[in-house]
Amino acid sequence: MANQRIRRDAVMSDEKIIQLVDLCRCFDGGVYAVDNVNLYVRKGEFITFLGPSGCGKTTTLRMIAGFDKPTSGKILLNGKDISNLPPNKRPINTVFQRYALFPHLNIYDNIAFGLKLKKFKVTYENDQGHRIEKIEKLKKSEIAAKVEKVLKMVDLEGFEKRSVSTLSGGQQQRVAIARALVNEPEILLLDEPLGALDLKMRKDMQLELKEMHRKLGITFIYVTHDQEEALTMSDTIVVMKDGVIQQIGTPTDIYNEPKNAFVADFIGESNIFSGTYIGGGKVRFLGHAFECVDNFEVNEKVDVVVRPEDVVIKDRDEGQVNGKIISSIFKGVHYEMVMQTGKSEIVIQSTVERKVGEEVSVYIAPDSIHLMHKEFVSNKYEGYITKHNTVCFGDGEFECDVTKLYPNSILDEEGYIITQEGERIDLTDVDVNVEVGLKDIEISDHEVEYGAVGNIVSIIYKGDHYQIIVRTDENEEDFVFDTEDTWNENDRVYVIIPKEKIKLSLKEEVKR
Amino acid sequence: MQNANSKRVSCEPLGIGGQKAKFSPFSRKQLCIPYGVFLACFVVIPLLLIVFYSFTDKNGNISLDNFIRFFSSATTLSTVIISILIALATTIICILLAYPVAYVLANSKLNKGGTLLMLFIMPMWINFVLRAMAMKDLLTLTGIFGVNNYLNVIIGMVYDYLPFMILPIYTVLIKMDKSLIEASQDLGASPLKTFTKVTLPLSLSGIASGVTMVFMPTMTCYVISDTFGNGLITIIGKLIDEQFTTFQNWNLGSAMAMVLLVIMLVSMWVTGGFKNQDEKEGSL
Repeated sequence: MANQRIRRDAVMSDEKIIQLVDLCRCFDGGVYAVDNVNLYVRKGEFITFLGPSGCGKTTTLRMIAGFDKPTSGKILLNGKDISNLPPNKRPINTVFQRYALFPHLNIYDNIAFGLKLKKFKVTYENDQGHRIEKIEKLKKSEIAAKVEKVLKMVDLEGFEKRSVSTLSGGQQQRVAIARALVNEPEILLLDEPLGALDLKMRKDMQLELKEMHRKLGITFIYVTHDQEEALTMSDTIVVMKDGVIQQIGTPTDIYNEPKNAFVADFIGESNIFSGTYIGGGKVRFLGHAFECVDNFEVNEKVDVVVRPEDVVIKDRDEGQVNGKIISSIFKGVHYEMVMQTGKSEIVIQSTVERKVGEEVSVYIAPDSIHLMHKEFVSNKYEGYITKHNTVCFGDGEFECDVTKLYPNSILDEEGYIITQEGERIDLTDVDVNVEVGLKDIEISDHEVEYGAVGNIVSIIYKGDHYQIIVRTDENEEDFVFDTEDTWNENDRVYVIIPKEKIKLSLKEEVKR
Repeated sequence: MQNANSKRVSCEPLGIGGQKAKFSPFSRKQLCIPYGVFLACFVVIPLLLIVFYSFTDKNGNISLDNFIRFFSSATTLSTVIISILIALATTIICILLAYPVAYVLANSKLNKGGTLLMLFIMPMWINFVLRAMAMKDLLTLTGIFGVNNYLNVIIGMVYDYLPFMILPIYTVLIKMDKSLIEASQDLGASPLKTFTKVTLPLSLSGIASGVTMVFMPTMTCYVISDTFGNGLITIIGKLIDEQFTTFQNWNLGSAMAMVLLVIMLVSMWVTGGFKNQDEKEGSL
């Protein structure tokens, strides 16, 4: 997943300005904030790192800026490794999340900060024709001209003498952008720069930033958790989760062809169903065989994504699946309705309202159905058997049936296993592979004798059930499972797996 | 008896909008009364007494004699100058020692959970006369004591007042937005330039707080000048004390206290200029 480099358009030059090679950042405690990221940024591109908080997008940006050093891997700028270069030596400027304007300097001095530090090698030729090299700083008049020009660009002419604290959030934001741009960096990094602005201002600034990017031709690397912002502004979007790149692509690619359920769920609204590809260009979900344009292996379990605006609502029996409207909300441009069919729900956006309780049917066109490989088919762990013949894995201890490791074996009174051939084996500390199906895990609020404890880190709704991921504290082991029950993210829960549902296999033959 | 006095039948809490919705039966103003009384008795009235004594002679007649005596005496004037010089030297040495310490404490991972900071602050919990005596013994042991009385006094003052300089600088540095440092580096400033152009200017308010907490007390803290100066160094605090205790001349003593007060106000006005730069940052 991390190594994909699929790109579509060729608006930018093909020159790679930044390349991240096997980039990793591991924080104290062994947590990988950025895990083996490979990616390149083309010169003049507007690229956005998108993902929920804690996905590693800001850490990646900080490594490009030089504030964080990679644990392993390389950052190449125009082909040269800059991983160990301090931030002040990089031709890169940053617009910080909270602007980070210097409170003790006025607007002029804030913007001129970088210019005053710049040094140039100037070569003079004297009367005798000798060349003299001098290190020079920018002249005061040159600095003033540059500051004036950039202030004009961000619409803040005449603000030179104002102090930072007298400016509104939006104005501070503009100063921060001006302060970075005035240095004419090769790359501009923007760390959620619009996060603190109100909605209207944010929309305006999005367009302004896009316009600045077009005019200046500087490479912009943008970090945000706002999918709409990413879709509006970017040439390329990099979707990240848990430090791993999920998908790289243009906004249209990411929206229309999400790689997995996470991307589909994160970008825009979507209906995600579990389905089976039944061959012949047909996929079965919601109890109906829909025609689709994707090709998968026959009988492969797939995730099906259908965007709410692609669902066409029809009168009963005129569409593919019948159902009943159970909710309808007016959203300004359209109505958002939920239709229930069997145990599943499907979200529909339409400009025509159907009343709650009305019997309707839906039609989904083949090219509106997007199939994805299932991310999780089962949970796999490495564990070991304890002396009480329970199994430890995923930061927990579970009851299990060890006799399943050997066909027709039994346990004797002392807890040793007696095989079919009559051999007596001590299984204590034997390493095993553990597999648990997605439907075989239960969670509970109450403490249990055998099981693991963790927090719910992800909930994705899949039409008729939720796919939940519970992550343990100690080793960050994940338990992925399907449930119909409603839980909340960050709930602290106990993971229970019935004895008979734990599939064990020996890692290697045990010496007898 | 009880029945005669109390007629309460029921007791219901009055909610919002009720006549006694307030949680406390006192208003804020009323809550200030105890401190107001304290302030009046032990600050305002004594201050007025000092003003009164300083402008009167022994018979209670209004006169400027005390001030004339003060400013015409070479010994008192030299004492004032020595006090100021000792205080200045102490303050400057304190800044030079405390800033790097505070900088390390605020930035380093060494100060996990504030343990290291605690080590620097802990001496403040020990009785200060005891501390001074211990330091004197330590100086005698190392042979530094006796080299120069002024040096002794300054060492003693610095030792005693260093935590008061570390703490406000540390507070300002720890509260400083780390992204400002990053922004400075990002804009091309080397670590040294970042320090001189960003960190230092932004920590001036902490230094100013430290100066007020070190400069003024060192002018009067004669316990240390007595302990470390072998009785040969007199500072203005000692002078005032002698007027009140040894010479029983309250009028002259009060006049000296008045002069000291003016010096302090001036020094506060000077350091206050730095603090106003960013009142929001604040320190101690």
